[in-house]
Amino acid sequence: MAWFNKPKYGLKAPDHRTEKPKGLWTRCFNCKEIIYNREWEENLRVCPRCGYHYRLNSKERIQLLIDQGSFQEHDKNLSSVDPLGFENLGQKYQDKLIQTQKKTGLKDAIVTGTGLIHGIKTELCVMDFSFFGGSMGSVIGEKIVRAIQNSIKQRIPLIIVSCSGGARMQEGVYSLMQMAKTCSALTKLADEKILYISVLTDPTTGGVTASFASIGDITIAEPNALIGFAGPRVIEQTIKQKLPNGFQSSEFLLEHGFIDFIVGRKELKNQLAQLLHFFS
Amino acid sequence: MAVELGFEGSVIEMDNQIKELAALEAEGDVSFQLEIQNLTEKRDNLLKEIYNNLTPWQIVQVARHPKRPLFSDYIDGIFKGFIELHGDRNFGDDQSIIAGICTLEEEKVFIIGHQRGRDMKDNVKRNFGMPKPEGYRKALRVMKLAEKFNKPIITFIDTKGAYPGIEAEQRGQSEAIARNLFEMSKLKVPIICVVIGEGGSGGALALGVGDRLLMLSYSMFSVISPEGCATILWKDAGRAPEAANALRITAQDLLSFGLIDESIEEPLGGAHRNPELMTQTVKEILITQLKGLKRLSIKRLLDKRYEKFMGMGQMFKE
Ligand SMILES: [Zn+2]
Repeated sequence: MAWFNKPKYGLKAPDHRTEKPKGLWTRCFNCKEIIYNREWEENLRVCPRCGYHYRLNSKERIQLLIDQGSFQEHDKNLSSVDPLGFENLGQKYQDKLIQTQKKTGLKDAIVTGTGLIHGIKTELCVMDFSFFGGSMGSVIGEKIVRAIQNSIKQRIPLIIVSCSGGARMQEGVYSLMQMAKTCSALTKLADEKILYISVLTDPTTGGVTASFASIGDITIAEPNALIGFAGPRVIEQTIKQKLPNGFQSSEFLLEHGFIDFIVGRKELKNQLAQLLHFFS
Repeated sequence: MAVELGFEGSVIEMDNQIKELAALEAEGDVSFQLEIQNLTEKRDNLLKEIYNNLTPWQIVQVARHPKRPLFSDYIDGIFKGFIELHGDRNFGDDQSIIAGICTLEEEKVFIIGHQRGRDMKDNVKRNFGMPKPEGYRKALRVMKLAEKFNKPIITFIDTKGAYPGIEAEQRGQSEAIARNLFEMSKLKVPIICVVIGEGGSGGALALGVGDRLLMLSYSMFSVISPEGCATILWKDAGRAPEAANALRITAQDLLSFGLIDESIEEPLGGAHRNPELMTQTVKEILITQLKGLKRLSIKRLLDKRYEKFMGMGQMFKE
């Protein structure tokens, strides 16, 4: 990504897969074309030139999927503690949490609640990469479990939109156990024959992919998302060779049989509504 | 050849002296009984002192000790009439997981576990105990068989983690692990899981969802390897000892968090110093635990398993 280092358009180089670019225009991470930010925003953060899907935060995702004004958030105030007393270079996890909460306005890396999708009442969980890389600790596990319980109680379908780097190492084995906790809760939803749709977005890796995200009744993905178990760098180090192009992309998963289909962001809500309608 | 652990200090020296004295005694007619006895006592006291004060990183070294008993040693030492069951009926037979049927005293049980190699050649065959998806799918196939014929399952966990490679991703490493977590949480037979060495992340947990999770006292269980954690946080795998400390990966810590059910005391100086005693201890605990679980109705068993996992987590609930 040599262009990152060239200041020739007077652009700094934010990784706007994650961060919103400032100013009037920006350069696409994928096709390197210049895009007007307004055009890009209006296109739901999909590059109008090449179709590259950039990350949405939880608020944008909910806006995209839920009928206006119908979202009711649950368990808004559940927040992480620091069960291990984890410190990194003198910075306490606890303090980093508080900082991140202030910066993002979120309590943790997931928002859960109920809302209407083209009029169909749905339990929705949306992960947010801007909070500790969307990593899963105790709060995410608990909120997903509560969402599942609410799905069962109200007999409404469940959709989880994943966007996560995996388990949150600052919470140690507590984080690891959330994989078992969420999968265990999903068995109850399955017993009740209530639909669970897993939506994979860029990126979904590690302990999230290796738990609830991979076992939807229907599992779908946005285009060009990075989805996998091990991180690409870890694999490269292990096998000591470069990974092929497109490895661990949505398209790769579709080819190998692990997702039902890929759906572009513009069509996502309609497709979900169609599924919800069919299974209702 | 003895494998040295740096922190054992003069223990190794004493080990050698004891061996030399015994050899001398065997050669001639001079008795060194008293010397051997004294030296052994001194060594054991030193071992006790060292092993009572191991740091987490030292425990990692013990957990990874090349002479540490492997799953196959527990199979030989604990169970009778073992018949191995191979293959996932879909792709292949992953040799980094062994599964089969046998008896634990009078009880017919299914056992499944990670298998590392003892030497390089063996390790290549066993892929260093790092399973690919077909390994987890073999495990699940055999667990379903246990459920069908109403027999308890005992799993042995000893892996750095699930294998991170191209084929593993192509064949759905994530889905294989997730499926095991999902299915194991509702299998209608008692499940006991024992961490005997390294419990590395999701690849370990994929055999670790059950009614009891036990750990040997110098084994480890972690969301990420200390080296991996140090690399991410400080770009320096050399700082793994600090990461081992921060991650709280020891049996003692995890027991205090209520994340495991029991820590099984290892012989003086670690399982590798006395594999027979280690397997015997594990055998007795398995018999006791299984007896307890078999007293529960299946419904009660599954309810308790469910509640156990639902209770895992620490947070502010405002
Ligand atoms: Zn583009």
